[in-house]
Amino acid sequence: MQVTNLANQQIDSSTILDRVRGRRSGILSAITSNPKIAAGVGVVAFFVLIALAAPLLTPYDPNASIVTGSLPPSSAHILGTTGLGQDMFAQIVYGARISLLVGFSAAIGSTVLQVFFGLSSAYFGGIVDDVLSLIINVFLVLPGLPLTIVLASLASANAANKNEFVIALVLLFTSWSYGARVLRAQTLSLKEREFVTAARASGESSLRIIFAEILPNEVALVASTFIGTFVYAIGAEVALEFLGLGDTSRASWGVILYWAQNNGALIVGKWWQFVPAGLCVAVLCAGLTFINFGIDQLANPRLRAERPQRRRLLSEKKKIVP
Amino acid sequence: MRFLLRRAGFYLVALWAAVTFNFIIPRLMPGDPAEAYIARLQTQQVTRAQIDAIRAEFGVNPNVPVWKQYFAYLNGLLHGNLGISTSQFPSQVIDILRESLPWTIGLVGAALILSFFIGTLVGMLIAWKRGSWYDTAVPPILTFFSAVPYFWMALGLVYLFGVNLNWFPTDSGYDVFSVTPGWSIDFISSVVQHAILPVTTLVIGSLAGWVLTMRNMMITTLSEDYVLMAQAKGLPERRVMFNYAARNAILPSITSFSISLGLIVSGSLLTEIVFNYPGIGFALYKGVQGNDYALVEGCFLVIALAVLIANFLSELIYAFLDPRVRQGRN
Repeated sequence: MQVTNLANQQIDSSTILDRVRGRRSGILSAITSNPKIAAGVGVVAFFVLIALAAPLLTPYDPNASIVTGSLPPSSAHILGTTGLGQDMFAQIVYGARISLLVGFSAAIGSTVLQVFFGLSSAYFGGIVDDVLSLIINVFLVLPGLPLTIVLASLASANAANKNEFVIALVLLFTSWSYGARVLRAQTLSLKEREFVTAARASGESSLRIIFAEILPNEVALVASTFIGTFVYAIGAEVALEFLGLGDTSRASWGVILYWAQNNGALIVGKWWQFVPAGLCVAVLCAGLTFINFGIDQLANPRLRAERPQRRRLLSEKKKIVP
Repeated sequence: MRFLLRRAGFYLVALWAAVTFNFIIPRLMPGDPAEAYIARLQTQQVTRAQIDAIRAEFGVNPNVPVWKQYFAYLNGLLHGNLGISTSQFPSQVIDILRESLPWTIGLVGAALILSFFIGTLVGMLIAWKRGSWYDTAVPPILTFFSAVPYFWMALGLVYLFGVNLNWFPTDSGYDVFSVTPGWSIDFISSVVQHAILPVTTLVIGSLAGWVLTMRNMMITTLSEDYVLMAQAKGLPERRVMFNYAARNAILPSITSFSISLGLIVSGSLLTEIVFNYPGIGFALYKGVQGNDYALVEGCFLVIALAVLIANFLSELIYAFLDPRVRQGRN
């Protein structure tokens, strides 16, 4: 009796690419062919556009006090103002820049580490694998957010270090282990394939085999761990800033929530101070997660939507099982 | 047995890594952390004793070689000496942690058990009715909820049920004004009442993981021949679902326990802050706010230790449930 385990099942990106090429070519069709990916990409693109077009969307400076006190939403300030009289909408759209940038750069750096640790650990095997796997597993089992908080609070002991760059660095350092393990598992199976043996036989260097032969075959997996890390990084960044570990003088989504909590916006019912920022984080992260589900679905045919329901499954089975 | 020893060895290494991080990180930071820290405290009143405690805490004495500092540090840890809290001077960090830990364990434990059972059950049911409207609706909704930051969900619940409807208390772990801690009905019911909102936050936030893992695994299991066989035998639907399909589909949920635990612990730290819940997360928050590194590091160590122990226990359960692991075959 074989109990298959989807979590360990290999994602074969070549099938995805083939399938996509079979219909039309290019990335665009990969996006539009799957509704989940399309919805997710739409959400992410929306926030990126907002962040880029911030000066066009609002006339206000996000960090300047325009009015006195916290006003509820009105036609002049569509999301109201903060306790310091700053325009909330301006804070949200400019804040998107910081939150997206920190999340993105942490995720990029983390993905580089994941690829490095995961692929070299699996490819070289032996003692290299033992040591690297141990490091990966230790990082995996240590609680991530508490470690991040410790690092960030020590890093910001110097007030000069209290900025987004340090936060991105800390997140990069604490977020790579899961992806590394996933990539390692995939590489372990890929390195047994014939094209790797052929490359080795023709005398290519290890570096070239890893990055030019194996890595391109794991693009889907790398993309999916990148997005997973992105989601984690945005959530953790907002959490760190909520704790006051970021630069609290510049508006970002986490800083908005920090001030809402510290000004007791909740107790007096000023919902507009904390609802928009949290909603943005939630929608953005859900969008990213949707892209991941889409990738998963493309790569793993068993999860693809089927017409209802078990009866069809049974009738199909009957054809095979006499 | 050999399997268990190897795993125990791994967790010891992980614990050592956590301890060593705690030792190295303050020493790696640019500049002298003790000096920077004292400089920042100058605005408040700092006593001579506090400054000495801080210096001793950071242990950055250039006259003592680093390895000696390291062994002194390890020795201190083994004797339960985590230093003196500077923000709640002169409390010992270990005493603060001893008071906070039961609250967090209660919160995380209750949330973990609830979300495991609810999530697994929901995942099983929607996989069983695959393609029905709730199979299409539930996963995206749950995905959205799991993307919501824990503390924001907590803020929302406080706003809705605490401030607006005034159904549940939103502050502290029990009613500090009218109840004294002890094994009395009043105290316990007060604790339960105060725990409802925080636990709900954690359950909603962590539900999606269990549901989706279980659903995906269940779908795979449902296409197995023995499930078909069970149906062909004319067994009742419920028996096929629980005893044949779900029983085999549940193993990966237990494997993913460690990741779920990490997430829920992180979530509980933030949730406690919103609810002023007297657990480790709140202690950590106070440590961060007061630049109390001894307390921050102590919190991290305790959390790491608890998570490692819980992970080890989950592996024991897994080994007990899956004979292939127990016997070291794969």
